[in-house]
Amino acid sequence: MATVLSMKEPKEIKKLRWKDLGLSHSQLVDFYKRMLLIRRFEERAAQEYGKSKIGGFCHLYIGQEAVGVGAIEALRDDDYIFSAYRDHGHALARGMDPKSIMAELFGKFTGCSKGMGGSMHMFDVTRNFMGGYGIVGGHIPLAAGTAFGSKYLGKDSVTVCFFGEAAANQGVFHETLNLAALWKLPVVFICENNRYGMGTAVERAHAVWDIYQKASAYDMARGWFDGMDVIESYRAVKEAVDHARKSNEPTLLEARTYRFRGHSMSDPIHGHYRTKEEVEEQKKSDPIPRFAEELLHAGIVTQAAIDEMEAEIKDVVNEAVDFADRSPEPPPEFLYENVYV
Amino acid sequence: MTMIAFREALNQAMSEEMERDSNVFIMGEEVAQYQGAYKVSQGMLQKFGEKRVIDTPITEAGFAGLGIGAAMIGLRPIVEMMTWNFAILAFDQLFNNAAKIRYMSGGQFKVPIVVRGPSGAAHALGAQHSQSFESMLAHIPGLIVIAPSTPADGKGLLKSAIRDDNPVMFMESEMMYGQKGEVPDGEYVTPIGVGDVKREGKDVTIIAWSKMIHVALAAAEQLANEGVETEVIDPRTIRPLDETMILDSVKKTNRCVIVEEAWPFASTGKEIASRIYTKAFDFLDAPIEHVNGADVPMPYAHNLEKLMLPSIPRVVDAVKKVLYR
Ligand SMILES: Cc1ncc(C[n+]2csc(CCOP(=O)(O)OP(=O)(O)O)c2C)c(N)n1
Repeated sequence: MATVLSMKEPKEIKKLRWKDLGLSHSQLVDFYKRMLLIRRFEERAAQEYGKSKIGGFCHLYIGQEAVGVGAIEALRDDDYIFSAYRDHGHALARGMDPKSIMAELFGKFTGCSKGMGGSMHMFDVTRNFMGGYGIVGGHIPLAAGTAFGSKYLGKDSVTVCFFGEAAANQGVFHETLNLAALWKLPVVFICENNRYGMGTAVERAHAVWDIYQKASAYDMARGWFDGMDVIESYRAVKEAVDHARKSNEPTLLEARTYRFRGHSMSDPIHGHYRTKEEVEEQKKSDPIPRFAEELLHAGIVTQAAIDEMEAEIKDVVNEAVDFADRSPEPPPEFLYENVYV
Repeated sequence: MTMIAFREALNQAMSEEMERDSNVFIMGEEVAQYQGAYKVSQGMLQKFGEKRVIDTPITEAGFAGLGIGAAMIGLRPIVEMMTWNFAILAFDQLFNNAAKIRYMSGGQFKVPIVVRGPSGAAHALGAQHSQSFESMLAHIPGLIVIAPSTPADGKGLLKSAIRDDNPVMFMESEMMYGQKGEVPDGEYVTPIGVGDVKREGKDVTIIAWSKMIHVALAAAEQLANEGVETEVIDPRTIRPLDETMILDSVKKTNRCVIVEEAWPFASTGKEIASRIYTKAFDFLDAPIEHVNGADVPMPYAHNLEKLMLPSIPRVVDAVKKVLYR
């Protein structure tokens, strides 16, 4: 039997708060700041998209910030991260420079992928940020690969892989889960269940709606958590990552979350597949004001401090846009670079 | 004749064939409730109901294979791939099953499936979302590959594809879905394997298909101002290829440029060139020029994306080269 984690069954989830998790006040403030940075950064990215400064597909993470921030805060610098095309939030949570991310969105040479990747393909080798990928489910086995590599090389790095719930229907997801369980690979699969794969609701695409239960076919540790709660996200991922580091065993985690924006910039917020009322209802559990309230209530921050953070982040985002605007495009000859080593 | 957009022409083709034959159905990601990722299947769910207009999970290999199985017992599935980039996941099904079942079974089974969707670059979609696979598909014996350039051709060829008893790979273009063109009123089909002369001329032949026809026609227009009469021909079907049309045109103009969006290595353009060299060598007054997408993955940066793709100036230059101008 797979190791039973405390998050294994929903009803077993204990609402541990920060004291029990050993989180300091400054860490908690940092959680908040990172979520806010992602939110404001992407709101601005949406505006710049409207001005055609950003092109192509641009998938915003707005609404899901607590998942990425909580999860990535639970990692060490030498752990590996894979993302899909909804990757700006993960990149920012990993501490990548907002300037280099905005420049990437603008297709500039100073971008984190030198302008060659764009919104869906953010990479940062210095932070073990192994990339954003555009084919649904296509990156999942790569995460098993770095986990295999860590084990092979005798390192105790853990790999974390983010993907949407729709990706969990792809064959490669199941192939990878089997490999990871069979070979005991230190990888944590984090399925961000935002209820819709583009315009298709979970119930219309999955025979089993509890995504985390798909791991039971591979006798893999599994669980779900409230993805609108950054502390829950941290707690669940920390537990799974610690477990992976100690025992080399994989876990499938399902983050229950929601995206407040359309699937991509070309998809309306509501329409054929969900109502305005539903979105408004979900916004009541917006992870950012929810956490602010908690911090204020506990006396960890003051409203003045929160306002200050807003102002600070506004500057960071403005700077990122200025930087991206001023940066050069890749030179023409770069078209032919890096096809091969 | 009526002016309609490409997406509407395709919609008409599918709807007409579904009205004609109850064994035709469409499935794919977002084809029903969402009305199509690119709105090609708009209104079809309302018209034909859930039994015949089916939303699938994101499982390309699974639903392509399911379609092949259904086709083996007489259904005529239209499988929409949100784009051909995602169809790669189903290439095993298409290459190993769809293309080979007829042959392996000694002719006992046929696989009348149509797999269709947009192909090629759109705008700033980056490396994984901007690929043209017609050459790769056409490499496989057993598959038919169609890449139309106008709403009229799209409609007529899609109807033929649905009626054809072979697996047909149908390549559309996101950039062309909104493009309007005259479509004949009433029932018509366009035969598979027959090309079309899109513009007549006597000085040079440009061969192109799909989106590249429009680059070729724009280049021809520009060249006309310089006194060059360019013939633009569109094979429309990549496999089987209308060799007669190609050879006739080259024998007339004695000069040829082939424009394709796909990468140059082992491409459809190279296949066409090889046939011209083999069968019309003596008619050529200059080596054939190729204009392809650059031999690199698609970059995101706008300036590099423009450089990567065939453009009007590149086609004009290639024409001048074969004219020794
Ligand atoms: C193999 C493949 N099929 C289809 C697509 C088009 N597509 C991009 S994202 C998406 C929905 C994926 O939903 P989910 O995995 O739940 O992630 P989310 O977008 O909700 O974050 C689809 C259909 C794709 N990129 N790759």
